[in-house]
Amino acid sequence: MSEAVSLAPELLYQKSFVIRGNDYDHGGEAAAQVKAILKQLGIAPELIRRLSIANFEAEMNAIMYAYEARLELSVFSNAVRVVISDHGPGIPDIGWALEEGNSTATPEMRARGFGAGLGLPNIKRNSDEFAIESTVGTGTTLRYAVLLNDGLGS
Amino acid sequence: MKLLQVKDLLDCTVVAGEALLESEVGSCFAADLMSDVLAYSRPGALLITGLTTVQSVHTADVADCAGILFVSSKQPNPEALALAQVRGIPVLSTRRSAFEACGELFRNGLSQDARP
Repeated sequence: MSEAVSLAPELLYQKSFVIRGNDYDHGGEAAAQVKAILKQLGIAPELIRRLSIANFEAEMNAIMYAYEARLELSVFSNAVRVVISDHGPGIPDIGWALEEGNSTATPEMRARGFGAGLGLPNIKRNSDEFAIESTVGTGTTLRYAVLLNDGLGS
Repeated sequence: MKLLQVKDLLDCTVVAGEALLESEVGSCFAADLMSDVLAYSRPGALLITGLTTVQSVHTADVADCAGILFVSSKQPNPEALALAQVRGIPVLSTRRSAFEACGELFRNGLSQDARP
């Protein structure tokens, strides 16, 4: 009881996934693997659903637009954080891309059920923290998190 | 409503998850646009779609759908079927169109907003 309590959140789990551009046949596998991990870690189902939706959209974005991307999952005692950074064409106008309905998708992307300009808004809606930075010709990095208000672990 | 009743109402073939038809369907969500499902469906919804790629199965999994109903006699492609079997997601297929299937399910008490 009298022990000093560290306020810094504890990193409980970390794992990276590689996502390859144009790899539609595997589009969704990283999100599925992350979902299984979060379930094993005992995260609440509603939070898993929000994170999984964000992860799936982010994964499909990487497949549709980037050459290659890395999804890094970090589970802290107070939040689940995801960073997806890609090598790709980048986003010239982030404000435009964040507006629902705006998209540069091709017919192939739409034929897969994506590319309607809902991806980034969906990720934002399903996360408690959201940040995006992009450099045209270099790539895009997305950072988002879902907060664990009840905490996780000891 | 149980998936078994959906199967009977729409004269479905069971494509995957024969043993899972006792699962409860809380609501329905019909779309070929998976981002719409991810954005607006509720957990426990039946996904009604014509999209037969693995993305429909991943979407059902990620959005905690009760199952997938393919309309207009569509069948999942082999990869999607294998994935549904691995994930334990029940898959039905009906000859009815999306409009007819939705109408029939709505008439029998299912809606988009009901909670499971």
